[in-house]
Amino acid sequence: MSDFLEIAGQKIESRLLIGTGKFPQKGVIKEVLEVVGAAIVTVALRRVDKESADENILDYIPKSCILMPNTSGARDAAEAVRIARLAKAAGCGNWIKIEVIADNKYLLPDNIETLKATEILAKEDFIVLPYMNPDLMVAKRLVDAGAAAVMPLGSPIGSNRGVKTKELVRIMVDEIKVPVIVDAGIGSPSQAAQCMEMGCAAVLVNTAIAIAQDPVSMAKAFRKAVEAGRLAYRAGLGPVSDKANASSPLTGFLRDEKK
Amino acid sequence: MSFYQTYQKYQNFDSEAFLSRLTNDDIKRALQARRLSSSQFLSLLSPKAEGFLENMAQRAHQTTLQHFGKTIQLYTPLYLSNYCENECVYCGFNCNNKIARKKLSLDELRKEAAFIASQGLRHILILTGGSRAHSPLSYIKDCLKVLREYFSSISIEIYALREEEYKELIDEGVDGLTLYQEVYDRAAYEQVHLKGPKTDYEFRLDAPERAARQKMRSVNIGVLLGLEPWRKEVFLLGLHARYLQDKFFDADIGISLPRLRPMGSDFQPACIVKDSHIVQIILALRIFLPRLGIALSTRESAQLRENLLGLGVTRMSAGSTTEVGGHTAQEKDSHLPQFEINDTRNVVEIKQWLLSKGYQPVLKDWMPV
Repeated sequence: MSDFLEIAGQKIESRLLIGTGKFPQKGVIKEVLEVVGAAIVTVALRRVDKESADENILDYIPKSCILMPNTSGARDAAEAVRIARLAKAAGCGNWIKIEVIADNKYLLPDNIETLKATEILAKEDFIVLPYMNPDLMVAKRLVDAGAAAVMPLGSPIGSNRGVKTKELVRIMVDEIKVPVIVDAGIGSPSQAAQCMEMGCAAVLVNTAIAIAQDPVSMAKAFRKAVEAGRLAYRAGLGPVSDKANASSPLTGFLRDEKK
Repeated sequence: MSFYQTYQKYQNFDSEAFLSRLTNDDIKRALQARRLSSSQFLSLLSPKAEGFLENMAQRAHQTTLQHFGKTIQLYTPLYLSNYCENECVYCGFNCNNKIARKKLSLDELRKEAAFIASQGLRHILILTGGSRAHSPLSYIKDCLKVLREYFSSISIEIYALREEEYKELIDEGVDGLTLYQEVYDRAAYEQVHLKGPKTDYEFRLDAPERAARQKMRSVNIGVLLGLEPWRKEVFLLGLHARYLQDKFFDADIGISLPRLRPMGSDFQPACIVKDSHIVQIILALRIFLPRLGIALSTRESAQLRENLLGLGVTRMSAGSTTEVGGHTAQEKDSHLPQFEINDTRNVVEIKQWLLSKGYQPVLKDWMPV
């Protein structure tokens, strides 16, 4: 049975999205993407140099991938909107990951400005994926504004701490009708699997793969973990208990009645 | 409120006494702190901490990888003019020095810009000596018009400006400011800055803040190592950086650690800053301020720059010259440089070297929006 990630009507094979900011070489990005398969890949427009002979990162992205430029560096909605338009004008397509960060210390997103940018860009026929602090009400408004998916953070960018926002993300998974994609903070394949088991539609990983000693093998491990977590979610996980359970300790007396 | 108040608080602080009282346990506690206090930062700059450099390096390396990945941003300085009204005893552009003075014409500038851009660099740092008369704001703006055609990020390292002037330059495409206090100790500052507008200590100290208030995207500060005992100077530099980070959340705060280099006069540094000290300084700053940008220039040798990769550095200059028109000059040494370059490799060589060390050279990391 096919189980595609569906965003804005497009069926996407891989539920592992890849960020590109921290790799030791652009060539490694290409190898990683080949391992991950047809996936969404995000690239900071600030790093794109189309005029460069050997430094244009776009040359390292296989055609099978969906290019999703991001607005890294935007400090408010206006800058994010301008970067998105620049990306489209530069031929990077109409997918956009909105990243509005006015905090250079922790790199936490600004939900209010993110919402404003989403309202504008969704009307301009962008496929908008906003990166956000996990907040249910903001997520609902983002969806109303036209977001094609929402991307709550698991923990701060680059922290590798895993899904510390689990309880909030879980509520979003229950309530939000577009895909919920955990972006940022996922430091290991097991953490990625955990997101998928919770019912998240996908995860986005950069640091954990990029700074691994062997990024390509790490990408493979993430791919398998994401697939395993997704399969487990669809198979229906059993309930978790702290202790062994007798068959019916509380209602066992009813057995007698049946006789 | 300005950083000057913080400076005053520590002006008479006896850092030597503090440093001499530290124990190994103090260093270990600082190294385990999730977030370091000011005094824990200072403790990592102590002679005692020299015994913990490997432990510091482990933490600094991990922190740098997490926040910046395996990347190094590259830029190069472009000297517009060496006219100067200041008498700074350590500088080759000192107004008393009898050197050939030069200011680039816009045509000459275009040649320099085209040459630098042809190497793939998209970040440029423009510099002038401290002379409003020879390089007024109007001249800088004319230069910006040319440079915008070639570069996607333009930083300035010029005389300190008033706040509205920073705004004017930001509107003309400047997104970064580099401005070194050179020396934080006010008495020492006055001893080496003898004449000219740069003698105004407080006007210079507050300049980074004025620019940040006008939404300058990146703000880079620094001390000139060698002018004063370095431990307290670097302590104040770290506090200044943290002050700016706290007050201007949206600015990208960075530091540089220029070490005094020979510059064609008999000025001698007041204190010696060894390579091991530079290492200790970078590690302590990285641990204290995990997101801080740290630049290492071609003043340092290729070998030291290699050893410092991964320990905290995030930006490096490449293919540098400190002469006006030096990028395209036919014969080198036609003019006296501001200081001598140590790492003389060109941009292509630096790129190849970084790649061979497992680091991605980042030549473009911003664009006008």
